[in-house]
Amino acid sequence: MATDTTVERKRRAPSTTSRTRTRLQGDSSIYITIFVALVAVGFTLGPIIYLALGGFRTNGQLAADPTGLPDPWVWQNYWNILTQGNFWQYTLNSLIVAVATTAGVVLFGTMAAYPLARYSFRGREGIFIIFTAGLMFPLTVAIFPLFLLIQDLGWVGGYWGLIVPQVAFALPVTVIIMRPFLAALPDELEEASFMDGLTRVGFFFRMVLPLAKPGMVTVGVLAFLGSWNGYLLPLVILTGRDAPTTLPLGVTQFQGQNAADFAGIMAYTFLAMIPALVFFLMMERRIVDGLSGAVKG
Amino acid sequence: MTALEASGTGKGPVVDAKASAAGPHPVTPATDNAKKDTRRKWLEIAIFVGPALLIFLTFVVFPMVMAARYSLYKWDSRQPFELAEFIGFDNYTRALIGGTDPETQEIFWKAYAEPFWNAVGNNVQIIALSMLIQLPVAMLIALVLNRKFPGRGPTRLIIFAPYVLAEVTAGLMWLMLLDPRGPVTEWVQAIGLPTPPQGWLEDPTWGFWTFFFIVSWKYIGLAIILFLAGLAGVPEELQEAASIDGASWWQVQWRINIPLIGPTVRVWAFLSIIGSIQLFDMAWVLNKGGSTGQYSTIATLMVDIGTQRNDGGYASALAIIMFIFSMTAAIIYLTLVMRRDTAGSRKGA
Repeated sequence: MATDTTVERKRRAPSTTSRTRTRLQGDSSIYITIFVALVAVGFTLGPIIYLALGGFRTNGQLAADPTGLPDPWVWQNYWNILTQGNFWQYTLNSLIVAVATTAGVVLFGTMAAYPLARYSFRGREGIFIIFTAGLMFPLTVAIFPLFLLIQDLGWVGGYWGLIVPQVAFALPVTVIIMRPFLAALPDELEEASFMDGLTRVGFFFRMVLPLAKPGMVTVGVLAFLGSWNGYLLPLVILTGRDAPTTLPLGVTQFQGQNAADFAGIMAYTFLAMIPALVFFLMMERRIVDGLSGAVKG
Repeated sequence: MTALEASGTGKGPVVDAKASAAGPHPVTPATDNAKKDTRRKWLEIAIFVGPALLIFLTFVVFPMVMAARYSLYKWDSRQPFELAEFIGFDNYTRALIGGTDPETQEIFWKAYAEPFWNAVGNNVQIIALSMLIQLPVAMLIALVLNRKFPGRGPTRLIIFAPYVLAEVTAGLMWLMLLDPRGPVTEWVQAIGLPTPPQGWLEDPTWGFWTFFFIVSWKYIGLAIILFLAGLAGVPEELQEAASIDGASWWQVQWRINIPLIGPTVRVWAFLSIIGSIQLFDMAWVLNKGGSTGQYSTIATLMVDIGTQRNDGGYASALAIIMFIFSMTAAIIYLTLVMRRDTAGSRKGA
């Protein structure tokens, strides 16, 4: 890295007065860029790689030399988690909750956004403001009375107690993203559809839903991620003997029960990260779009 | 024009649809047909908006209203609410100043107000440090990376990756790395620097900074990626023109790029502030905010009191206080944005 900067300085020095020095593309300052990129990547990936490698070591190895590499490589930690415990069950539980949450958010959110975008009626802006105000009610704030409500409904310890509130709290962002998206659909399309005898409801199902797919994918991805990573709500709702456990809860339980098994905790934590990372690799563009679109609205 | 076409086809809705995009509702003639159409329209609206509105009101608005109510009671949450005792704003005054009763004030200050202000202080520090440290660092990285270079795509992907990880998994990962006998301690000692005697997270002074470091590891990628997305929208000709006129790299960034991505920075700042106010998962996973509350937040305090001490009234008061903070942040943000926008349009006109 030191050589990068010296090379950089040497090559830049003679051309200080030249215009090209400050050109943004294509001069020797690219070494600085690459250096910064490498540092950022190392800072980001380093801890995750250490975690993954730690899972391939024994607790003895970790204690003797915390910074070393696996020697020999031990598959036992990962193997045990994948074959013996409840890892797959927890993953499945998380998946069920996340998929149901996503489906609910996308369906109800798009439905609600449709009249708010394309109908004109008294109270329209009022309803929209109610939804946007929801951004100020994070789940964290409402967790305690929410728990009591779920308890009254008899949903504690079950999937519904997780899915329905998650849908509710994801609706504001969904409506905020979907409304301008649906409003932007060309009016000519609507007119043409009505000429062809479609009703407004028909127009929604036959035209809006297919055309709004990119927007729906964006809000769906955000909802899925939020549900998949959720911790506080499962922590509070999924109590009781027969309650299903989601992956974030499962990881902390494992850590609580095997506090001394560092290698095991590392393996478990890394395994729990993998689904989110895979999902991210598939959906990266959508996530960034959704996040930057959510507030700009 | 559209209205004529619409009445030609005998389908009222088109008028409304057009109007909704254009603005105010046009005056429609009150014929029987129109009345029928109106009724039908309201039915459709109810069917479309109804389910979402019902779920939203039941599970978001209603609990908040209930929290406001509970916060005025002294209530052991293991008992039915009927047994709770109305105490007005006592829960709030306890949190803020240790209650109004001079006899118990000292005890209550220690039991309620001290942890509360400690948590508020932590939340506020995290917000301030995000703006003072995360923002400039992320901006600098984004500006440097805002060009073509080999490995650009993978770099962006990797930098953003921690954002999508669950706070729980990221927190546990750092718990392992920062163990007093773990790798980070070894590395730091290897280069001859001091390590905190009570461990990275447990140390009274280092604990908070360690926590802030972990939070930054997880969230700085979001800032970088949002800034890069904003920078991609800055017209290249502007930057080229400036550099041809002799502007240095710094001048180009300072005078052109940074001002032009102002809106993106505001979006990030808003997301960051709201996120900081609600911070819970990470702090909870890392030993519930620290054994002496080194990095406890209002949210961890609230859950701690609600679940361990079953003090339903006080926990609800904390929830409402947190809500007031979020709302204040949102209102400030919206006013700032709106003032900017209107100022811009006035200038434009």
